[in-house]
Amino acid sequence: MATRILTLIAFLFAVAFAPLPALAQDDLAAEINALGPGSFADRTKAIDVLVATGDERVPPVLQALSDGNLYIRRSDGKVVIATKAAVGLQLTDPVDGADLGALPASELEKIKTNNGLRGRIRTAIGKLTLLSPDQPVRLAAAQSVLKNADPAMLELLDQAIAAETDPGIKSTMELARSVIVLKTDASVDDKRAAIDLVVAQNNRAAQTVLRNTLDTAPDELKPTIAAGIDSIGRTLAVWDVGQNLLYGISLSSVLLLAAIGLAITFGVMGVINMAHGEMVMLGAYTTYVTQLVIQSVAPGLMEYSLAFAVPAAFLITALIGIGIERGIIRWLYGRPLETLLATWGLSLVLQQLVRTIFGPTNKLVQPPTWMSGTFELWNLSFTWNRLWIIVFAIAVFIALQIILNRTPLGLQMRAVTQNRRMASAMGIRTPFVDAMTFGLGSGIAGMAGVALSQIDNVSPNLGQGYIIDSFMVVVFGGVGNLWGTLIGALSLGVANKFLEPYAGAVLAKIAILILIILFIQRRPRGLFALKGRAVES
Amino acid sequence: MTGISRMMAGFGLGVAMTAGALAPITAYAQDTIKVGVLHSLSGTMAISETTLKDTMLFLIDEQNKKGGVLGKKLEAVVVDPASDWPLFAEKARELIAVNGVAAVFGCWTSSSRKSVLPVFKELNSILFYPVQYEGEESEKNVIYTGAAPNQQAIPAVDYLMSEEGGAVKRWVLEATDYVYPRTTNKILEQYLKDKGVAPEDIKINYTPFGFSDWQTEVAAIKEFGSAGKKTAVVSTINGDANVPFYKELANQGVSAEDIPVVAFSVGEEELAGMDTSALVGHLAAWNYFQSVDNPANAEFIKNWHAFIGNDKRTTNDPMEAAYLGFNLWVQAVEKAGTTDTDAVLKAIVGLEVPNLTGGTAKVLPNHHLTKPVLIGEIQADGQFETVWQTEGDVPGDAWSDVLPEDKGIEADWTDPLTGCGRFNTATNTCEVAPAAM
Repeated sequence: MATRILTLIAFLFAVAFAPLPALAQDDLAAEINALGPGSFADRTKAIDVLVATGDERVPPVLQALSDGNLYIRRSDGKVVIATKAAVGLQLTDPVDGADLGALPASELEKIKTNNGLRGRIRTAIGKLTLLSPDQPVRLAAAQSVLKNADPAMLELLDQAIAAETDPGIKSTMELARSVIVLKTDASVDDKRAAIDLVVAQNNRAAQTVLRNTLDTAPDELKPTIAAGIDSIGRTLAVWDVGQNLLYGISLSSVLLLAAIGLAITFGVMGVINMAHGEMVMLGAYTTYVTQLVIQSVAPGLMEYSLAFAVPAAFLITALIGIGIERGIIRWLYGRPLETLLATWGLSLVLQQLVRTIFGPTNKLVQPPTWMSGTFELWNLSFTWNRLWIIVFAIAVFIALQIILNRTPLGLQMRAVTQNRRMASAMGIRTPFVDAMTFGLGSGIAGMAGVALSQIDNVSPNLGQGYIIDSFMVVVFGGVGNLWGTLIGALSLGVANKFLEPYAGAVLAKIAILILIILFIQRRPRGLFALKGRAVES
Repeated sequence: MTGISRMMAGFGLGVAMTAGALAPITAYAQDTIKVGVLHSLSGTMAISETTLKDTMLFLIDEQNKKGGVLGKKLEAVVVDPASDWPLFAEKARELIAVNGVAAVFGCWTSSSRKSVLPVFKELNSILFYPVQYEGEESEKNVIYTGAAPNQQAIPAVDYLMSEEGGAVKRWVLEATDYVYPRTTNKILEQYLKDKGVAPEDIKINYTPFGFSDWQTEVAAIKEFGSAGKKTAVVSTINGDANVPFYKELANQGVSAEDIPVVAFSVGEEELAGMDTSALVGHLAAWNYFQSVDNPANAEFIKNWHAFIGNDKRTTNDPMEAAYLGFNLWVQAVEKAGTTDTDAVLKAIVGLEVPNLTGGTAKVLPNHHLTKPVLIGEIQADGQFETVWQTEGDVPGDAWSDVLPEDKGIEADWTDPLTGCGRFNTATNTCEVAPAAM
């Protein structure tokens, strides 16, 4: 079966490029060498000449140029493909792939590209690889043809559609064909059919296509196109609500992660912990250090570095938290103002300490590939990193509920917060429980830092951006109640994201602050106020 | 609060000293010329300004190796205004009045510059300001060694409008909400309209400082860019907000070939904290890139790495501006034969020093410099590659000719005593500068 497809493709290649004389090796080498000298305009011409050859050896060369791997050898002006080697750069011949040995970087001159050239190369490679046996390559080619919709491609596209077996790629190709038909002077009936096909796509790309053709379309088709644009617009408006909701949930998950540790230290213990943000920051730096260690010890594990970073961040920040509780906070119980000032001072100390050790600039935390990129589902787009952060936030929330409600430590924590003296009289070591509780809150903040390192700066200022939001979430949700924190994060996140498109980010933030102030005026104890004696004390 | 931050500043300094950076200070206790360094070493701006403090110590060290100025060694007086605008004014006063520095090199944000201005006027000292800014200012006591809008923003827009830059027809001005982006966007909006861009093809969006959730904004950019015309984003997003912005761009797959983003506040230093492989092709407009192939630049980078003891540290545009400002000051002092403010200001106008990209920086009568404008594309290794540059150097324009209210306004400080920062050539009068917006 596979061989049959290959034969077919080989045949199609032959058909597509039959009129072109097979190029001698030297000609191609000369044409590739023409990529080297001159301005961007000269290079554009050289690319066009190469594409016109239709030679199958051309796409890898163009790809190398686009990736910045094409160099001029200073000694003889030959254009070569160079990749990083242990010493200097490893050269290969662009025509026959022969190994040309290694050279130091100073002996080579990189051939510059710009966005215009890369765009042109993408189109060219699309043209040349539309019949490629490789499925992802073909899909990329079809998308690139769709993007550029060059009428000259029509014939080749028809061949490709006839040969295509994958329904997804085929529909992309058919859409591209419709777009091209709309650009040419095909008959009105053909165009009408093409418009129907585009409208049936019912997504933003289709709407863009229709908008582009509206001006140049024949007059009798204009109402059809306009109606198509409107109908897609209505569908998209509905999907936009869903997309906003998704953005809101994503923001909520970040808020929840940042706030949930505070819900323990502030909510359960009543300690106004201004250094909470710095625990998040330390968690992010732990991720950075973990990656450094993994990079040097076991580079193969880099993809899973976050799996190591999460427990490491939890342990380190929990230990620091316990140290802070034993060293500072336990002397200040019952004196909220002094706790506030002391922890705030501590936050400045920690920031400057990190700045001194790691330097003031941002640190690079490598995103694993499974957390990069977007995937589309219906008309919604999800970014993988945000999706994983939502999952992580839910996991942390559940784990915390289990710890508080199902473990002896959780029982003791609740006992101490509800009635310290009684708990003490029952034989619970309250100072130990205090330290553990504060350590747990800090540790969770550290784990939040691992997640935030994927979407935010890893810099000494990281924590500052989250401390106010965290307090808002905890106070809004109701102090001392984890479910309140969850609902608080969800409502603030979603409300913020629904306001943003209309009011802008600045006004949305102000509006949320005002709403919270008004809400706290009405219900000083937040959404879910604790009832009973614990509140009075 | 002040106690803590002062303690922190002392702590920071102590560490810097142990690193050997400030070691020369004590050695030349007698008969030195003091130079003030006013950059935040703590707080939000420390991320950018600490490097400039190091740069100043590096430059002073280099100058002392060459024998100092007027036969005297230079001595750096470093203070930490802690990213706190009013504290900038206090620290400036301390530097000039208490320490008696001959000149001050410092400030990053426009807010901090505006805060120290009255102090410099009152005590008649000189500030060398090394950062690109929004223009609309020319003061007797300030030498602006960074770019004015016509040396950065306008050429960048021109490039994107050109065939080579992609013939952009639709513009998103994405910005952080404070004075520099607001003024720059005012100038750019007017400029785009003058060039025939329809108002519905311009979208301006402001976000708060330190903004970290860019999902909605990036989605809006994608949607705005799907209207069928070539779209570009002009970003004046500043500081911490940049990393999450670019991460979101990369994740949502906004490629530079479709919607290029040109930034005015993102340099090599900012890129150091990002994985740039998904950002290749996005642009920045500056007057200097570390990647510029020039002997003077190679020498500068080599010495900088030796001084800082880390060959991974990047150089960037404000560092070059600090380098130019410092060399101009040294030359002006040598020429005037004194560090007296008025004499140095009189000597400095018209002085020229070679810059690091092969051109010449000349001090214009309006206290701005001539600079080349470079457009660079981000590379996978975190550096920029110059794809376009102006022919020759562009003179800095303090009062933008694009704004109707600034047409015909010039500044001339050739004679510091009788000069004027806002001279209306139409009415031949020296106007009072309008209050900052």
